[in-house]
Amino acid sequence: MLSSIRNTWFSNVRGDLLAGIVVALALIPEAIAFSIIAGVDPKVGLYASFCIAVVISFVGGRPGMISAATGAMALLMVTLVKEHGLEYLLAATLLTGLLQILAGYLKLGSLMRFVSRSVVTGFVNALAILIFMAQLPELTNVTWHVYVMTAGGLGIIYLFPLIPVIGRILPSPLICIVVLTGLAMYLNLPIRTVGDMGQLPDTLPIFLWPDVPLTLETLMIILPYAVALTVVGLLESMMTATIVDDLTDTTSDRNRECKGQGIANIGSGLLGGMAGCAMIGQSIINIKSGGRTRLSCMVAGVFLLVMVLVLDQWLVQIPMAALVAVMIMVSIGTFSWGSIKNLREHPLSTNIVMVVTVIVVVATHNLAFGVLAGVLLAALFFANKVGQYMLVKSDFDDETDTRTYTVIGQVFFSSSEKFIEAFDFKEATDNVVIDLSRAHFWDITAVAALDKAVVKFRREGADVEVIGLNEASATIVDRFGVHDKPDAVERLMAH
Amino acid sequence: MTNENRDAAAQGPLHVVACIDGSEAALAVCDYAAWACKRMGAPLMLLHVLDEEKYPAPTDLTGSIGLGSREQLQEELVSLDQERSKLALKHGHVLLDEAEKRVLADGVEKAAKRQRHDELASSLAGLESESQLFVMGLHGESSAAAGRHVGSQLETVIRSVHRPILVVPDQFVPPRSVMLAFDGSATAFRSVELLSATPVFKGIPLHLVLVGADTAEHQEQLKRAQHLLSAQGPDIRLAIRDGDVEQALHAYQEEHDIDILIMGAYGHSRIRQFLVGSTTTRMLETANKPLVILR
Repeated sequence: MLSSIRNTWFSNVRGDLLAGIVVALALIPEAIAFSIIAGVDPKVGLYASFCIAVVISFVGGRPGMISAATGAMALLMVTLVKEHGLEYLLAATLLTGLLQILAGYLKLGSLMRFVSRSVVTGFVNALAILIFMAQLPELTNVTWHVYVMTAGGLGIIYLFPLIPVIGRILPSPLICIVVLTGLAMYLNLPIRTVGDMGQLPDTLPIFLWPDVPLTLETLMIILPYAVALTVVGLLESMMTATIVDDLTDTTSDRNRECKGQGIANIGSGLLGGMAGCAMIGQSIINIKSGGRTRLSCMVAGVFLLVMVLVLDQWLVQIPMAALVAVMIMVSIGTFSWGSIKNLREHPLSTNIVMVVTVIVVVATHNLAFGVLAGVLLAALFFANKVGQYMLVKSDFDDETDTRTYTVIGQVFFSSSEKFIEAFDFKEATDNVVIDLSRAHFWDITAVAALDKAVVKFRREGADVEVIGLNEASATIVDRFGVHDKPDAVERLMAH
Repeated sequence: MTNENRDAAAQGPLHVVACIDGSEAALAVCDYAAWACKRMGAPLMLLHVLDEEKYPAPTDLTGSIGLGSREQLQEELVSLDQERSKLALKHGHVLLDEAEKRVLADGVEKAAKRQRHDELASSLAGLESESQLFVMGLHGESSAAAGRHVGSQLETVIRSVHRPILVVPDQFVPPRSVMLAFDGSATAFRSVELLSATPVFKGIPLHLVLVGADTAEHQEQLKRAQHLLSAQGPDIRLAIRDGDVEQALHAYQEEHDIDILIMGAYGHSRIRQFLVGSTTTRMLETANKPLVILR
């Protein structure tokens, strides 16, 4: 156990410390920006980011992944905050945590296998678009100063790393914020700053029970939001975990991560923070900066709080234009640009799944709906494709006046209609044989279709014999015994 | 035993696995493994494990992500890993070739060479079904540099592997006498059983040493163990020593110039099992002669 603690905490100390600091510097503007999206004071997002990052570093299942207040979650809270206020948001955060812990114990993390690659891509792209769209209010009805500042900020972010030596040492988003803040203060520009958006933290977070009545009514108000937060939080966390897995060539414990997200959110709710989850963009920044273990996430959380408390006089002076520039960078970095190029190469059904996921999310501002639509669509396309793998051969024996139909392949809801159409009921023969020994019946629809065919033949006056129904329908049982008979799969494929 | 028999039937002959790394002890590991192979008539496998976790991560502190950052980062990390792994593989091949030369010189006819990308403990756990003895150095590659006495991996391996492990010092000395640390418990008798089933120490003088009070019960247990081990050869000596387990065993080993100490790594409680058994740990720390740890 000691050696595993060393591995997951202290095997890469230098890289993790540096990466944690870089991530913390990037987290501060994001946490403020996401608080503004949700409609709460910046301190809510900052406390949340501190608490979630620190707690998840101990209880999470994916070392090297960064969790904090996120845009995907913030977007789900907007109406709750607007209609019922901050206290209900804190209560919903606690409930979200409980539901996520429950999901962890029910091992729902493994449900991720039903989320196909194109749905993940759609989710990521939709998230990037939502983050970008959330910046638009800061860019409409403003003076030209804001546009110049934002463009200048983006210029600094992307061009500063090209400067030799110092470009590789100092995080360019930080330089962008420092330069724009200094400029705005020096020129005394008439633009909005973080201080105009609400309260910043001035003390360490304190333990608070949300001030809501503990009634069924309260539960009914927060439950729909908590469910949406649970689903989106876990989805984004699982997807981010996959990305970190791929980048670092290691594996993660998904169910532990589900429980960890829950514990982190409960902690956040009790310290006056909003719900959060894993962050795709920040996790990539962390890995890129050399962070690999749990240490980097904890350093990010602690350093964030220290910075915020020390620098609160300066944070209020940050112009919103600088935050917008950073958030545009995050949305550009989150978007999967390769997926645009792949549109031409990938099959149409895959593209439709991806695009529909994006459209549903952008229309509803709820990533959960988008993923649901994407998963359903992907499942339908799959059912349709597999339904093609069904063939009915037909032979006629003159001597006995027997028509033999040999069914090969998969018979289920999607192919049952084609199955029935394959029989010629108008043909007048004495005997009909339906040989199913090379077919698989997957559901009750397939059995009903067979019944229908048999009844139709009987009405035409033929004697019907069905061969191999038992073997073919072995697959209908929900848990056919592959696990206790090692050769079951082979036998199934062979017959 | 049924387990091992079934494994043997399924996998063919069980190997002696020599765990090779770049440390000085690797040559002694080869020598001891070759010695054990010849005595047991078992095939030899040379294993080198590429433990990638130690690689430092590259750092780029620009903190910005742009068009295709993820794809680019992925490609960078993959090609970096590829380069490092290729080098490590090459290094591993060199080590294995050296080790092969050594064991051939020691008189082994042929040796299988294997490399795995994993931690040592889990690699060995994976090889359990085709092996009967693991040989590894008391000091590993990294512990020699860090100045620690016991190899960093050794305890993890002992905890997770269910085959006998021969832990060897940096120099090979042909074993001329063996002692078995015995405490009369059921698990100690299992060690005796394991020992009686292997030909590796056949004909070598064997000392059965019990640390504890000189009671009739203890003497009777020693006699029983001696009887069980009678196939090992005529030269079995019994001794009962009083005092601290580790000190008594060491004293006896010094006194009779014993070359190999055999002991079980069984704990009585689950907590002790987790800690390997504190005696085993302390014996490892103070050992300067080969040690067989039975699981």
